[in-house]
Amino acid sequence: MNFFIKLSKIDRRFIYLFIALVVVLPLIFKPKFPVVVSKPVQDVYDYIEKLPEGSNVLISIDYDAASMPEQQPFLEALLRQLFKNKLKPILIVQWQLGAPLGTMGLEKIAKEMGAVYGVDYINLGYRPGYVAQMVGIGKEIRDYFKVDYKNILLDSFPMMKNVHNYNDIALLVGLEAGSTYLAWIEYAGGRFKQKIALALNAVSAPDAYYFYQSGQIVGLVGGMKGAAEYEVLVDKPDLAVAGMASQSYSHLVIILFIVLGNIAYFIEKGMKNKEGGK
Amino acid sequence: MLKRTLLLIVFLILSISLFSENDGLIFLENQTPFEEFAITGKDIPNDGGGGIEIEWSFPDSLDNFFLTVLRKDEAGNNSIVATDLLVSSKQVRDVSSEEDPSRVKDGTKYYYTGILSKKMVDENFLNMLISKENGYSKNGIYIFNNDTFYVTAETDAIISKASWFNLSRIPVVISLILISFVFLYYLNLAKSGKELYIRKINGLDAVEEAVGRSTEMGKPIMYILGIGYVTDIPTIAGLTILSRVSKKVAEYETKILVPSYDPVVMTTAQEVVKEAFTEAGRPDLYNKNDIMYITQDQFGYAAGVDGMMMREKPGAVFLQGLFFAESLILAETGHSIGAIQISGTTETAQLPFFVAACDYTLIGEEMMAASVYLQKEPMMLGSIAAEDLLKVFIMVLIIVGFILSIFAYGFNIGIFKNLFDLLVRALQV
Amino acid sequence: MLKGKGIPIFITFLVGMIMIISFFIPHKPFGDIEKISLNWYSIIAGFTMLLGVDSLIGMHFRKLKRKDENWFFSLVLILGFTATVVVGIIETVRFGTAFDDKSYFTYIYNYFIVPLQSTMFSLLAFFIASAAYRAFRARNFDATLLLITAIIVMLGRVPLGEQISPYLPKFTEWIMQVPQMAAKRGIGLGISLGALGVSIRIILGIERSYLS
Repeated sequence: MNFFIKLSKIDRRFIYLFIALVVVLPLIFKPKFPVVVSKPVQDVYDYIEKLPEGSNVLISIDYDAASMPEQQPFLEALLRQLFKNKLKPILIVQWQLGAPLGTMGLEKIAKEMGAVYGVDYINLGYRPGYVAQMVGIGKEIRDYFKVDYKNILLDSFPMMKNVHNYNDIALLVGLEAGSTYLAWIEYAGGRFKQKIALALNAVSAPDAYYFYQSGQIVGLVGGMKGAAEYEVLVDKPDLAVAGMASQSYSHLVIILFIVLGNIAYFIEKGMKNKEGGK
Repeated sequence: MLKRTLLLIVFLILSISLFSENDGLIFLENQTPFEEFAITGKDIPNDGGGGIEIEWSFPDSLDNFFLTVLRKDEAGNNSIVATDLLVSSKQVRDVSSEEDPSRVKDGTKYYYTGILSKKMVDENFLNMLISKENGYSKNGIYIFNNDTFYVTAETDAIISKASWFNLSRIPVVISLILISFVFLYYLNLAKSGKELYIRKINGLDAVEEAVGRSTEMGKPIMYILGIGYVTDIPTIAGLTILSRVSKKVAEYETKILVPSYDPVVMTTAQEVVKEAFTEAGRPDLYNKNDIMYITQDQFGYAAGVDGMMMREKPGAVFLQGLFFAESLILAETGHSIGAIQISGTTETAQLPFFVAACDYTLIGEEMMAASVYLQKEPMMLGSIAAEDLLKVFIMVLIIVGFILSIFAYGFNIGIFKNLFDLLVRALQV
Repeated sequence: MLKGKGIPIFITFLVGMIMIISFFIPHKPFGDIEKISLNWYSIIAGFTMLLGVDSLIGMHFRKLKRKDENWFFSLVLILGFTATVVVGIIETVRFGTAFDDKSYFTYIYNYFIVPLQSTMFSLLAFFIASAAYRAFRARNFDATLLLITAIIVMLGRVPLGEQISPYLPKFTEWIMQVPQMAAKRGIGLGISLGALGVSIRIILGIERSYLS
């Protein structure tokens, strides 16, 4: 009993140590966990599979290095699917510190899939003022993106010939770490009826269920688990799938601590009641 | 006989030259690949002008074909709207933009023609069609250099115009009128002296206790406005609470630290705190450097504020504003130094973290009502009462919709389906 | 005091009404007002960075001058800030973009910013463990219900849950899509109405505490 009472007053640093071990060890020993795909993620995948060859897909990088473990694996899996289906990704960036991450992911997968810059994909880079941009792209994308991320005129790229506004974009995929997605849904989706799919951090994903349920987004990929599901769908398990073991065990350890803490709580409560009764 | 043969040969040569208007071009007038081979156009509704929408609906088997759209104005000038669009895209918009402001002029008649082809359109063929001498008013099949191009008939005249009212926003106008009416009614009621009730909000009642406790321990107060901008409503709500807290701090003659994420918020906070100290009669205690800018990076801000918390060890920490992933980092650090914490945010994803780590949490609209609660001015109480009535109205709508949907889709009763669809359409923007 | 605040309140009211009207009228000049004001905001926000930099550098220079406690870290901040700005400008001139593969700015980004941001975000994993351990006590019926739901969702959202039972992820999905969504929608409606109330009070000049 004393053990449980001592446990309820445990120094938080022991909890941190346990969490650290439980996250690091699975990354070293790599146990395998089967990943079952959920409906919101499947919906994103299926929607993209049905897009006609040559369709343009606008990818918005709205995350930075902090959310890299959750978003970067999804970005890579998404790009693999797009290039495989001969769809054309157009990358734009709303979070300036996400620009190198988006570029890195795009160039890595483009090289892997043999895609040609300007013909099969393009990177338009970052521009400030995301709300103005979202409204402006509804009319003409060149009002905000006259040049690509290397300052080359958009009109010199074959794939941008017929891309002027949302009408020329089959799907917008937002990779979101904050609340920029609300503006995409309000402006691009609400005003211009653009089809949207979202990939959010695990902590924000529950908030976006509103939009998924009401049909305002075609699907939702939540956190690293969602990214792992997408990697399974494109048949290329990578970092997200590898992280599932750490995530599973850390959840288990937190639950264990909660249960032990409650046991200690009830024991202490019982002891106090007994003393009170005396 | 010889004469007849010679005449036939001449006739054949003439016929060939009539059919082929140019070298390598064969034209078959009025031939179409399928029935209803046409494109249609209309003015883009509810816009500021300068925009025409072209649509087409071709059989699915042609989805991988290309469509080129041409435009002709009243003066007969031809231009290209777009080349090699995928037929599956089904529409294209011809709009003026900042780059090309006189592309489509309001009030001018435009005529559009589509060119369907299996391969990307040949530039020479295109130049030939749009040149004034040749024109392309003839619809039919063109065979140019062994490639086949199907040209639609010209559309009727289409005129672009700017709308004075966005009709799709009528439900918003109706809501606006209703909301304005409710607000004005309650503001008048408040002016007339009627007492309006606002329930207890524990987090706000604890402000005095928190400031008092900090003063007793000889520790400063830390007020964190989160990572919003001054245009965000939660930040404005946070600033109004800051005003009240600062006044209390001035009365207790203690120190307040306000680390800011945004420079504009920092400047506004400096003015708010200065004003509060002046109102409390202690402008001498105000120190501009206590309200400082940290960084506009989310986790850089969290690191900076955490460091400040560990060094300054405030007795009370207020977290009032817009918070995202850094919320738990800030709240846990505040808890670890033993500070009393009063938090409030509208981000529903962060509320559970605040509830777990803080002593008091203002949930969503409680934060918005904070300035009303702290001042208890009649006009402001009127606005809270108006919000409550609007909430009742929304609840009634939800219940009505729920009942209609049960009868419409649960029991499959036709009239309820119509009513439900009408309700959904009425509420759509 | 009211006289002094009269003009800003009037400006707030006028601009508020113009923005509301322009939402309904697409015709020029109203239709362009939203776009123009958003562009103005972006430009002004850029210049306000100067205010922030002045505050930040000023505070740390003062600490350095007075040799306050931990003045060394203020020196590190000032040097880091200066180096990043200078390198960023030089590399932008060299490559057209600071984020070129070969630029030193990318080096700073990859080896300073990325690890620092990731580290701070990863603190959440530890803090949620300690916060959950402390807060999730079955003190009453509501707290017990919350505790059980939290355990179900925590297990159901990871592959481990699928291994325990195939129904666990389905039940978790139901919790996320039905009761969780209902509660969030209720809070969300309240927040929207609250924001509406604050906006109306600001436009009508009833709420003035944001003015100096």
